[in-house]
This record gives sequence, C-alpha cells and structure tokens, in this order.
Amino acid sequence: MRVVNHPILGDLSPARMVKIHVDGKEIYAREGEPIAAAIAAAGITIHRYTAKRDEPRGVFCGIGQCTDCVMVVNGVPNVRTCITSVAEGMTVETQHGAGRGER
Amino acid sequence: MRKVDLSIVGAGPAGLAAAIKGAKRGCNTVALDMNPRPGGQLIKQIHKFFGSREHHAGTRGTEIADTLLHEAESSGVEVMIGAEVYAIHDNTLEIAQMFGGDSPPSLSGGATTSQSRPLSIEARQIVLATGGAENALNFPGWTLPGVMGAGAAQTMSNVWRVLPGERILMVGAGNVGLIVSYQLLQAGAEIVAVIEAAPRTGGYGVHAAKIRRAGVPILTSHTVVRASGKSRVEQAVIAKVDASWRTVPESEEKLDVDTICIAVGLRPNARLASLAGCKFDYSPSLGGWVPIHNSRMHTTVPGIYLAGDLSGVEEASTALEEGRLAGICAASSLGKGRVGDSKEIEAIEERLLSLRSGPFCQRLQDAKQKLIEIGEAQCPKE
Amino acid sequence: MSQRVNSRGYLSQQELHSAPGYPSHERLEKGPVVAIECIEEIPCNPCEQACPQHAIIIGKPITNLPHLDEDKCIGCGLCIPQCPGQAIFLIDLPYLQGAASVAFPYEYLPLPKEGQKVRAVNRAGEPVCSGTVIKVQNPKRNKQTPVVTVAVPRKYATEVRGILRSRR
Repeated sequence: MRVVNHPILGDLSPARMVKIHVDGKEIYAREGEPIAAAIAAAGITIHRYTAKRDEPRGVFCGIGQCTDCVMVVNGVPNVRTCITSVAEGMTVETQHGAGRGER
Repeated sequence: MRKVDLSIVGAGPAGLAAAIKGAKRGCNTVALDMNPRPGGQLIKQIHKFFGSREHHAGTRGTEIADTLLHEAESSGVEVMIGAEVYAIHDNTLEIAQMFGGDSPPSLSGGATTSQSRPLSIEARQIVLATGGAENALNFPGWTLPGVMGAGAAQTMSNVWRVLPGERILMVGAGNVGLIVSYQLLQAGAEIVAVIEAAPRTGGYGVHAAKIRRAGVPILTSHTVVRASGKSRVEQAVIAKVDASWRTVPESEEKLDVDTICIAVGLRPNARLASLAGCKFDYSPSLGGWVPIHNSRMHTTVPGIYLAGDLSGVEEASTALEEGRLAGICAASSLGKGRVGDSKEIEAIEERLLSLRSGPFCQRLQDAKQKLIEIGEAQCPKE
Repeated sequence: MSQRVNSRGYLSQQELHSAPGYPSHERLEKGPVVAIECIEEIPCNPCEQACPQHAIIIGKPITNLPHLDEDKCIGCGLCIPQCPGQAIFLIDLPYLQGAASVAFPYEYLPLPKEGQKVRAVNRAGEPVCSGTVIKVQNPKRNKQTPVVTVAVPRKYATEVRGILRSRR
C-alpha cells in the first residue's frame, strides 16, 4: 500500500510510471524506485523460495546487506531487489533456490 | 586504473563529512555508496534531531542529508552511487557497479546490462564509513515474509513510501524501536504492541511517551516466542520473560499481526574492514566487534581510516564529527593539511566529548576511550 | 519495584511534579503556562533557544534538565513545536468557566479541524473525556509540527496530552 499523504513527507509527488513484468503480470512502478518497493506496493511479499525446504522469503534488511529479497531480474538470478531500480520493460521473477534451474 | 587521493566508502553522514574535509583541502576525493541514493541512514530519519544548534538540533535527518550532499557536491566531491566496494587490497578498492534501470551516468547503463560492471580505484588514503548493521533475532517463524528489521520498515515507509504492513509488532524498545514505531504510525500503520525483553525500555522516555499517548502498548519483560502464517506473518505469540530471561509459558498471548519488526540493536558493519585486514576488539557497548582505531580515526592498517557507526554504534552527530576528524587527518597525511587543523581537531574532540556526556552515554564514552587507548598502541600515527 | 518512566513509558505524577520544567499549581491557576515533561539528561537544548522570554534555562552542560521560570513564561507556546521529544504542552487552566485548554504537538494525519469534537486522551493514550478543538496552528516556523489546542473540562487539564486519532 502506497503512503499517499504523509504528515512530514507531504503528498506523494507524481512520477513517471514504468511498466515491469512480475511473474508475467504487468505492474506499474514509479521511475527510479527499487524493484522491492514496486512489488510491495502491489501487495507482493514473497520474493523467493528456499532451495531445500521451498520456504517463502521476503525483504529483511531493506538495504542490500542480507540478500533475502533476491529475485531473477531480466534473467539474472540473485539480484537484490531492495537496491536495484526498476526499468521500463524489466522482467522480475520469483526465484527458486539459487535461481539457475538446478532443482 | 583510476587513481585518486582520497576514497571514502559509504556516503552517509560520516563519509560525506570526511569527503568534504578532504576535498576542501585539495584532495581529489571520491565517495562510493552501494545504495541507489546517498545520505546513509539520514534519508530515513524524518524526526527532529536532539542535541545543540551546531548539531542540527530541531532539524529532520532528511534535511541534514540534503545539506551535506549539497556541500559535498559544491566542494568538488564525486559521489558515486550503486557502487559497492567488495574488497580492498594494497590501497586498491575493487568495486561492483550495480545495474539498474534508467540510472544516472555514473551507474552502468540500461536494463539490458545483465551483470554488474567491475571498477578498480587506487586511493592514496581510504576512509571506511560503512555504518551499522541491524542485529537479527531468531525465533520460529522469523524467516516468514513480514518479519524484517525495524530499519527495513523505516526504509519502506519513509523512502519507498510503501507501508510494510498494517498491523505491526515491534520487538525492542530502544530508540530505534520507539522512533520507528512512531514513524509507522505517521505512515498510517497500527502498532499492535512494542515489546522489550528487559524490565525497562532502553530508549528516551520522550520517545516512549509519544507512542504511549498515541495508544500503543509498551510491554516490558516480554519477548516474541514464534511467528506463524502461510506465506507471510499472520500471527505472533509473545510471552513474559522471568528474571533469568526465560519465557513463562502460561503468559503466552496471541497477537493478530501481519508484520514483525526487529529492533534489537545495531553492530558495526565491518565486513569490508575485516577483509581489508583491520584488527578488531570486542566491545558490547559499541555494538560488538569494532575495528581498533586511535584518536586520529586511523585503523591498524596503514592508509585506512574510519568514522561513524563502523567505529562504534552511536548517533548521526558523532558520525559527522568523526567523519570530519578522519577527513582532516587523511588529508594531512597526504601533505594537504591546513594551518589551523590542530585547532579544528581540538574543537571536534571537545564536541565529541560533549555529545558523549550524560548518563545515557557514560558506558559508551568509557568503551570509546578504551578502544582508542588500544588503538594508540597498535595503529600507525599518520 | 517503583514504576518509573522507563518501565511504563510515561511519567508518573511524582516524576512530573519534581520535574524542573513543570509549573507549580499556583502558576497554573494564573493562566497559560507551559509544562515541560522532560526528566532525562539527554544532550538537547532547542527549547532554551526557542523561548523569546528566556523562561527556559538549560545552560551547560546541555544534558541539564530544562528549568522553567514560571514567572517569565507568558504561555506563548513557541517552544512546543521546537522540542524534538514533543515533550512540551501549554496549559490554560482558567481558559473559560469550567473549561481549561491544553495545547500539544500533533504530527499525524488527518489534522483535526477547529470546532471538531474529539476524545481527549491521557499520557497512556486512554480516552478520559470529550473535548473541542479550538485551535490548529501549523505555520512554517513550526517546521511541520502542528500544534493542536483542545478545550476540556478543567479537572482533566493536567492529564490530557493528546486526542484519539481517527482512521485515515
């Protein structure tokens, strides 16, 4: 959920929207924001599933230190979505394990 | 290979303050930050700072970040974002420039780039200002989406402008737990409870008072037992802890929450310092393993200085002062010191002393003193 | 074990009355005056610099608790938005026959409107009485800390420190 009005930050300023594809679904993201922000705003909290037990994982540290938020971006696995900005036409996929199709 | 006089790792308050001092003394200075935006943790601090006027009291962290960045840029500092330093050897920094969308020129360009681009920079002097990292708390269910660091919730809410959740349990009532709870309320979330394992809150009474009068319960001597949910947090179980820190099973209480924020302290973010060969000391009051440094902010590795939370977890104000100190000393060791530097250093040290005064800071002051004493013996003088 | 501010999260009556920033009952009876509910030695002094009457004294070191010179305080409330801890309140006990007014910092949305009926809360966030919003001030100099003044029954003036927030 976007915080549209904020007592200190003010109203959310208009932004150029870019279209990204998340697991095949079209999502509009605000230009320049991290991928994790766009998908969180779209109500998505699962970024990947673990290799051994297939358990869901999402954002944990939010600043690129823990790697819990990694997804497959433009075909590249293990991309930290909390510090990587969106781009027009980007594909983002839920990662399974290490993301190279070993399972 | 790119060669510079001074390279700063981390463009938060400590790093920017060091960069500004270096650049103003004529050092060719580059500040590197792995994040998409510089300013460190300041960019999320939407509350008014404490302290004195010279420490920006009454100003929100976000404004301090803007002021610092502006000063850095006008002093001629090159700030590179999306630039992650992953190794340091022989005064060379190995950097991965991360890819990402429509990014400014200093980043790798365009969505078609699939790998991060490597970059090496040789720096005559280095200042490490990599900040602090949040500690984690392990309990059954802690890996569920929706369990995150309090800092992550703050980033989501104040930087990304996205609510991390609607019904939040905050674990930890130090300043981070109390302040982030308040900020999540401001963003429109409900804080179901703030719990603290100790019998007393650790943060300032005024921060606790703000959220209490907003109707948020603060439960001391409580901890989180487990979190459950199918694909994200749906419920948390909390319980009282006894004098031996053991949970009291009969006191278990279920809370209907979708988010659990962990605010159980910070530690120096010292992985790079360790890779660079710095020697460490263990100091609980400073957050854990801290790189040894002397009064000139010099580590045990020649040519490497440090500043800010990396040198011991404190505040933005001390980070600024330590950054200034490290920047002046690094410039001086390059032969670019100025007349009046020793007076300026004296003034900085006085301000650091005053920032570390008072009952909240006594243990910290003692710990810093002890660390510096070790540093005086082990670190290079210049 | 004595209930102190840091096990409960707000000040007890005893801690309040011994705070050097809290006004005496005699002064409260005379008219508008601030109550500085700050009892921890934190290095901090924007309140001292905010008061044009120099009625708030901290001095050096800046960890000193703020001392209120209640005779100098004219109850202008300029200090309220300057306190980073939001610990300053303005109380006007003799505001109206039977009603007092309490002003407090309020950094939430929606901001209440003048004339609005509200549920006033105490330091524990518990609603204790009904009130009416008589003033909402948010000038630029407050730096985004609006100050809300509510009229409440006189006997609740020393308890009321906020209002129930409405759903956004």
